[in-house]
Amino acid sequence: MNQPASAYFLEERHDPNETHTLSVLVANEPGVLARVIGLFSGRGYNIESLTVSETESKKHVSRITIVTTGTPMVIQQIKHQLDRMIPVYQVVDMTLTGRSIERELAMVKVKGSGDQRIEAMRLAEVFRARVVDATNESFVFEITGGTSKINQFVDLMRPIGLVEVSRTGVAAIGRGPEGM
Amino acid sequence: MSPSERQDSNQMTGAAMIVRALVDHGVKSIFGYPGGAVLPIYDEIFQQSDIEHVLVRHEQGAGHAAEGYARSTGKPGVVLVTSGPGATNMVTPLTDALMDSIPLVCITGQVPTHLIGNDAFQECDTVGITRPCTKHNWLVRDIKDLPKVLHEAFYVATSGRPGPVVVDVPKDLQFATGTYTPPRKSDVHASYKPQIKGDAGQIRKAVSLLVNAKRPVIYTGGGIINSGREASKTLRALVEAAGFPITSTLMGLGAYPASGKNWLGMLGMHGTYEANMAMHDCDVMLCIGARFDDRITGRTDAFSPGSKKIHIDIDPSSINKNIRVDVPIIGDAGSVMADLLQAFKAEGKTPKIDPWWFEIGRWRARNSLAYKKNDDVILPQFAIQRLFEATRGCDTYITTEVGQHQMWAAQFFGFEEPHRLMTSGGLGTMGYGLPAALGVQVAHRDSLVIDIAGDASVQMTMQEMSTAVQHDLPVKIFILNNQYMGMVRQWQQLLHGNRLSHSYSEALPDFVKLADAFGCVGLQATKPSDLDGAIREMISVRKPVLFDCRVAALENCFPMIPSGKAHNEMLLPAEANDDAATAAFAGGKALV
Repeated sequence: MNQPASAYFLEERHDPNETHTLSVLVANEPGVLARVIGLFSGRGYNIESLTVSETESKKHVSRITIVTTGTPMVIQQIKHQLDRMIPVYQVVDMTLTGRSIERELAMVKVKGSGDQRIEAMRLAEVFRARVVDATNESFVFEITGGTSKINQFVDLMRPIGLVEVSRTGVAAIGRGPEGM
Repeated sequence: MSPSERQDSNQMTGAAMIVRALVDHGVKSIFGYPGGAVLPIYDEIFQQSDIEHVLVRHEQGAGHAAEGYARSTGKPGVVLVTSGPGATNMVTPLTDALMDSIPLVCITGQVPTHLIGNDAFQECDTVGITRPCTKHNWLVRDIKDLPKVLHEAFYVATSGRPGPVVVDVPKDLQFATGTYTPPRKSDVHASYKPQIKGDAGQIRKAVSLLVNAKRPVIYTGGGIINSGREASKTLRALVEAAGFPITSTLMGLGAYPASGKNWLGMLGMHGTYEANMAMHDCDVMLCIGARFDDRITGRTDAFSPGSKKIHIDIDPSSINKNIRVDVPIIGDAGSVMADLLQAFKAEGKTPKIDPWWFEIGRWRARNSLAYKKNDDVILPQFAIQRLFEATRGCDTYITTEVGQHQMWAAQFFGFEEPHRLMTSGGLGTMGYGLPAALGVQVAHRDSLVIDIAGDASVQMTMQEMSTAVQHDLPVKIFILNNQYMGMVRQWQQLLHGNRLSHSYSEALPDFVKLADAFGCVGLQATKPSDLDGAIREMISVRKPVLFDCRVAALENCFPMIPSGKAHNEMLLPAEANDDAATAAFAGGKALV
């Protein structure tokens, strides 16, 4: 190996990356989201998507869903690093459990006239997207589903007259009767 | 006292609550610097006598002093500083304490609540700035929360893997009146539950590896020191029972005595040949409270290739971070070692490892710390050896700055007990040692506290000599003065074609006169024959001393693991003339 003159060992890592969805239960207190995001930026981890909202207001518990990529060793580090933060109750790797449902919601604005409008409506029906706003020259569709379904819908709308998209990011929950 | 009276006595201002909470947590000394946003707290401190306040000259000094106090006692170090620059000056010690797992409780003043976010005078986003350099931090916005947060802060700092915490208290809360509640269990986040006891199944797996080992090695770190004195005793019993060789990181020195027969010396980049070779060739590695740092492992893909690795650590995120291990055990080092020792003894089988000891003996015979004696110039290694000999039998605590002198101190000063070496291992903070020595001396008034320093490092926090004089802290600052940033110069020589870019300190102060100016004692040694007498004088003086030990300017710190090399490819001093060293490091010119 051709190592430049350095007292650090410069290593190239070739492990393949994986994508994992993590559900994180946290105490809903000021700064908790900043802590989580700061961990990812400070340690150089990726965030593909991040969703957060209070889920149990009486207990002040929020649920953060993070989609991240990294080598298996990095993914394990991310989970441990999250878990050791003081306001974090629990971290579950939804990808490892293999029994989770993942959904996101998108609002898709499309502009056009004539045949373009008819084509947009037809595709929306196929994808079970709802019209939530309409003008003489535009629609806003609301669509929910897995990330790939939404990507596909957006791609189809692009040639028709896509204006903009707003997405929530992924929310995930396990199947079956048990909670986290 | 009737319940209603007791109720009344718990009514107090936020400032009084802070002092009361410190007393309730057994705090005897704090380190700080006053300013606008903490004046109400300083007013309370003025009117009490339970807590001693040590006034530093710069907030960074307060932080490192608290670290020295904490590391030498096992108790949390407490810092009190003002808002804005007071808080930002604490960033270095907080980061230092986070890297080395030192329990610190830092109370910062903040501008009044209604001014937060207004760019007020001496305002900064303290919790935002210190979030990545603390274990946890709090901005208190309601007087009702203050007692609970203070108690939680002490618990978080001292439990699990210890670390620094910050409590940011706006000035209006320091004036506000509320009800103080003493520490209770319920003060702590329900989400924070550090695991202390190790899993029995994992411990059984570890024991079965250990009893069948042919070439075992124990590799220990600062986690044992942090676990408390009992953990060091357990470690010694474990080494005795198993008969295994043992090495340690810089942070773990003293947990096993340097005079112990199973001691291999420190490992890593400037560790001994026998320690690094044993790590490389072992078949079972027992890592306790250490974290496979890059200064320890060398190149990770060639790190101890043939061994099964057992890793005991209280922090799950330390496991499999750099090196994949076979048997992880999450828990407190002391608790897990006690269980491990019991299970090991119950096996009733001690592995026969004589051939392994024979091999280690051959590595030891290489005498990797050897250096050429010199009658004209003081060699830094020789100076540390003489210092060590002169302080045998004294109740000695050592702190260091960062650089060559730090490595020589680790190599040549024999640490027999835990909590005796205070050094900045993870962050490598030049300027740590002098204020840390003050903190140690505050905790151990009658002990001998020596900062083994370099001429460059010591100038970073030199102003704290004034603190030493004010508070009658007779610390000894033993400066190995080679007029260079020695470690920088060494790397430039070995890695950058001997182009000594800005590593020479022109215009060094006259340290003896400087000592005089501070009201300390200044001593100097320039020849090997001066050394012993001057050291004796330094020890006998009951005042702070600046000792200017003029050493060989161009001495390098060996042995050393060269860049991109494994443990078994160390550069030994015998081979380390300049040409050979330069050849071993030949390569490109990339930095770090």
